[in-house]
Amino acid sequence: MHSGRAALRPLHVLALLGVAILGLAVVFMTIGANGRWGFVLPFRGTKLASLLLVACAVATATVLFQTASGNRILTPAIMGFDELYRLIQTGLVVGIGTGGFGDPRLRFLAETGAMVLFALLLYRWLLARTEGGLHRLLLVGVICGVLFRSLSQFLQRMLDPSQFVVLQASFFANFNAVRPDLLALAALLVLGAGVGTWRLLARLDVLLLGRDAAIALGVDHRRTVTLVLVLVAVLVSVSTALVGPVTFLGLLVAHLAYRVMPTYRHAVVLPAAALIAAVTLVGGQLVLERVFSLNTALSIVIEFLGGLTLLVLLARRPR
Amino acid sequence: MIETQDLTRRYGDTVVVDGVSLRLPERAFVSVIGANGAGKSSVLSMVSRLLPMSAGRALVDGLDVAATPGDVLARRLGILRQDNGVAARVTIRDLVAFGRYPHSKGRLTAADRGHIADALAFLDLEPLADRFLDEVSGGQRQRAYIAMVLAQDTDCILLDEPLNNLDMRHAAAMMGLLRRAVDERGRTIVAVLHDINFASCYSDRIVAMRDGKVVAIGSPEEIVTPEVLRAVYGIDVEVVMVKGYRTVFFYR
Repeated sequence: MHSGRAALRPLHVLALLGVAILGLAVVFMTIGANGRWGFVLPFRGTKLASLLLVACAVATATVLFQTASGNRILTPAIMGFDELYRLIQTGLVVGIGTGGFGDPRLRFLAETGAMVLFALLLYRWLLARTEGGLHRLLLVGVICGVLFRSLSQFLQRMLDPSQFVVLQASFFANFNAVRPDLLALAALLVLGAGVGTWRLLARLDVLLLGRDAAIALGVDHRRTVTLVLVLVAVLVSVSTALVGPVTFLGLLVAHLAYRVMPTYRHAVVLPAAALIAAVTLVGGQLVLERVFSLNTALSIVIEFLGGLTLLVLLARRPR
Repeated sequence: MIETQDLTRRYGDTVVVDGVSLRLPERAFVSVIGANGAGKSSVLSMVSRLLPMSAGRALVDGLDVAATPGDVLARRLGILRQDNGVAARVTIRDLVAFGRYPHSKGRLTAADRGHIADALAFLDLEPLADRFLDEVSGGQRQRAYIAMVLAQDTDCILLDEPLNNLDMRHAAAMMGLLRRAVDERGRTIVAVLHDINFASCYSDRIVAMRDGKVVAIGSPEEIVTPEVLRAVYGIDVEVVMVKGYRTVFFYR
């Protein structure tokens, strides 16, 4: 009877989250729409699609990263990912200027490629070592973050003020200016990563037991962790290159998912995290548009409200 | 069967395991003893493929552990290390179910459930099966890990200090259980033990190590003597017979 209850509850929670996101999506598409539907629907549809896509990517990436590193405080963002994105953006503006960026699709692929490459080099090299892995990983990640930030600040000194303003706008997550052709490309990459994750599900569960136990149970730890890191790199890079850094969201939704799901199984934790992320992003964007009339950034809304929620949760049930 | 040939592990110029060649008997309880830093855990880790070897090789059922796919070995060799941190909240039943992963790859069959129930019963964990691992005592957690390794249903089991953190009562119970796994189920168990008296009372064979080398191997009668123990630990001890077992007094 206990196993029956344990098997039912995660599905209930998932269904509930599904209903919530459906409702939010409908509200998002229709609220205050007093123009022609032929314009409103595609316009809002693109925005909604990018919100959902980024939600899936960031949530999955964070849970995967935490499983691979065996630590639930780390996120890909802490490891210098966002700073690398800013450095690349700054480098582009300094190098090419704000006007001619070339084909946006090409630029998108180049940004994604650069971040995947960086992530692989760094995390693969670090996580492959067994001794003192975690602390060294943290240290190098933080140092890389500082290095990237200093480099981009240095480069920013060389910009004129108007260029700097354009650049700064790209440092905040922005869902209002996503191009449909980029969206399709990003969706394809995220879908690919999703299929990859699906095939790893059972091994991901075993990784939770730690390196030694995973090897004892016949999981090729090195190979699996590398695969997971490739997926994380693709997911984070896509979402960052698409809309800009969404630093805090991943940590928030991963922990919410761990809290509401009564099981460790990635088969339900991952969808739960993605759904929670979708609810948070779509809800946050609604608040941003309707309450603050777009006068602030989505990341500010999410980090303020989300941070409070997480603090309350942590305070209520210490573990 | 477990065999090592000239097994060596170096860290820079420091040799921690120095050409260890062993052939361990099957269906037996084998204890590995020795002072801290003698290389016991390193030998076990290399046989378990958790630590790469600097030279030599280790064979399990004739399979070279460095060249055999992990999942093939996982159906022949169970391993338990000292430090086990789980990054998620799992129940004892979940943990034991992980032991079936080499056979089921995450999809439990009726046969798997049978093995899980059997392991839970063998370690007397049924009343605790749905408790979370972080809500039970250290001794219960240790038993849960042993149950996981037993559910893996391998002929050979390597244990690194299975008595760590157990009080007298639980340590004796644990050794009794391991002994039963050998006698009733025909398992081969190799355990690193620090308590010489447990090794003496329960082992079929004792491997004594010092400075990365095997200094003696034999039955408790052959190993638990003042001469051999002085060679292993470098201290003088007194060996007395208690209830037919060779017991070591070394406390003052």
